[in-house]
Amino acid sequence: MSMQRRTFLKVAGATGALAAGGQAQAAFGDPAGAGENAVLVDTTLCVGCRGCEAVCAEANALPEPPSGDAVLGSLRKTSETSLTVVNRFPGPGAEPRYAKRQCMHCVEPACASACPVRALDKKPGGPVAYHKERCMGCRYCLVACPFGIPKYEYAKAIPAVRKCTFCAVRQAEGLAPACTSVCPSGALTFGKRGELLLEAKRRVHAQGSRYVPHVYGEHEAGGTNWLYISDVDFAGLDMKVTVADASYPQLVKGVLGVPPFVMTLWPPLLMGIYAFSHRRQQVAGHQGEETP
Amino acid sequence: MMRASSAGWFQEKILLGLAPRAYLRTLLTPFNGVAFLICALGLPLLFYRFYAGLGATTNLTQTQPWGVWIGFDMMTGIALAAGGFTIGAAVEIFGLEEFHAIERPAILTGFLGYLMAVVGLIADLGKPWNMVQIFAQNGTRSVLFEVAWCVVCYTCVLGLEFAVPFFEWLGVKRIYQPLRKALLALTVLSVMFSSMHQSALGSLFIIAPGKLHPLWWSPWIFAFFFMTAVIAGISMVVVESALSHKVFAHQLEGQHHDVTGITLGLGKAGAVVLFAYFFLKLQGVIDGHAWGYIGQGFLGAWWLVEMLGFVLLPSLLFAWGARHRSVGAVRVAATVAVLGIVLNRVNVSIVAWDWQNPSHYVPSWIELWVSLTLVTLGVLAFRWIVNRMPVLRQPADLAAGH
Repeated sequence: MSMQRRTFLKVAGATGALAAGGQAQAAFGDPAGAGENAVLVDTTLCVGCRGCEAVCAEANALPEPPSGDAVLGSLRKTSETSLTVVNRFPGPGAEPRYAKRQCMHCVEPACASACPVRALDKKPGGPVAYHKERCMGCRYCLVACPFGIPKYEYAKAIPAVRKCTFCAVRQAEGLAPACTSVCPSGALTFGKRGELLLEAKRRVHAQGSRYVPHVYGEHEAGGTNWLYISDVDFAGLDMKVTVADASYPQLVKGVLGVPPFVMTLWPPLLMGIYAFSHRRQQVAGHQGEETP
Repeated sequence: MMRASSAGWFQEKILLGLAPRAYLRTLLTPFNGVAFLICALGLPLLFYRFYAGLGATTNLTQTQPWGVWIGFDMMTGIALAAGGFTIGAAVEIFGLEEFHAIERPAILTGFLGYLMAVVGLIADLGKPWNMVQIFAQNGTRSVLFEVAWCVVCYTCVLGLEFAVPFFEWLGVKRIYQPLRKALLALTVLSVMFSSMHQSALGSLFIIAPGKLHPLWWSPWIFAFFFMTAVIAGISMVVVESALSHKVFAHQLEGQHHDVTGITLGLGKAGAVVLFAYFFLKLQGVIDGHAWGYIGQGFLGAWWLVEMLGFVLLPSLLFAWGARHRSVGAVRVAATVAVLGIVLNRVNVSIVAWDWQNPSHYVPSWIELWVSLTLVTLGVLAFRWIVNRMPVLRQPADLAAGH
């Protein structure tokens, strides 16, 4: 009897623990895109060597970036010929801070959802890749991207959209993106998004941490695969702080659900109205004939 | 078909029954001279754009990827083409027979408006030949995918509707008779595609809340675009029928055209829809918590100009004209309303776009000239067709039956 009771308790306990575990997973869950490849940028570790810029240009067959530190004097944006740039900003102390910019590779990318021909396409592993041969050059991706990343080759007669592809081709071969593979200071860590988020929070919330208590990219635009931590305000690194936390493709989900209803409901409704007006005319016609 | 000889046919159908030299002489008008000058420069510019690229011919930037070719030719061209489905629905579906006389010109304007928009789009696309990818890739998460399909489908529907007067002109009974019978079905399709297309052009901007000024951005922008398309449809028909009765008066001889009745009826409808739109826009401001932006800075004032001068004013003028049976007032109101729609589309896609950027896009002269050329070609095509095909005048077989 007691054995039976003990067995019952064991079973009940195990079930309860299982249920609790399941609930815990549902409540905290895996963050969106936890299993996707991602990069953690620790801006406190970046030394501004711009090796990432050089290797990026090489990997994408683009013109070599300007050498020397003079370019750090002004704020640069990514462009169709430089898919990543490092900028210098005032740090918390005497030392400056550097921030690398490139495509954020959203978990739910606005650009890829906006592309009507799926030239921009979210790959299962994380990269938002580009299929040049499909692109018709409508530039709706430039309209849609909340980070202002896709750039158009206006100068060319047969242009393409250019942006960081997270080295999708290298990743498909099992290699790390070019930039993360050359970073000498440990500012760029390539890994899985779920693990890197934990690592980012471990650093940010460590005892005596001087980091700003925020992981940029955890929630921005519904979550991005490039995550940033910093010890200066993110606005001070020219990061877009007005980007909404919600996923951008979700904004149009409602309106995109309407066409099936229009296509099924409009024709019978309009034909019904026609039937009424037609009948009314017929009756009016008959009455006109009968009354002298 | 009474085709005596091919030369006779050509003279009859193309040269309006005139001898070649006499016909050419009729073309020497000041209007044609201006139109020729516009196109003589505009068409080569259109080809130059494909040779030299967008950078050399436009002032588009990375933050302003859509300029006048999208903001004016596409957005406005489609909106002003809305008369085709508005009037088509009024006549074919709601049985409002008094608008029958303006159904065909409205459809023709719609068809030419769509063609103009498509040419503008081809000029704007970086690689227009890849448009066929729309049929190969299922980009169903994109509003632009919906827009693209609507453009394709509705242009075909308009083409079929226009095929009726076209084949009446050529005298091919075998084609125009079944198409006349299909007009009801085509009208149902035109309402269906238009309501999706007109609203989807607004939905394009929903994905970019931070970039479009809060007074124009709204999750309800698709409803605004649809309502303004109906306003554009009504107003365009008033403007057009006024112009047509002036320019093509000889074609309407012997027909019972109650222009006054039609215009006043449209004025009443225009007043109601514009008034509803005005209050819906206010709802949008409330919904977006954007009160604070009204009157603030240039765009805040500009929004007031659009809303008061080009929505509320024509609405009241429409109502006044309809009530006091003043055709003139209704026509002025319709003209202001049409300009208001143009202003709205240009504001959404150009003026209020990228509003936080201190350096703003100004179109290049080439962009403007190409747009002007497309409008000119549209007007020339309208006149060429109306002079030959039974668009304003009645088709030969129906006129004989009377």
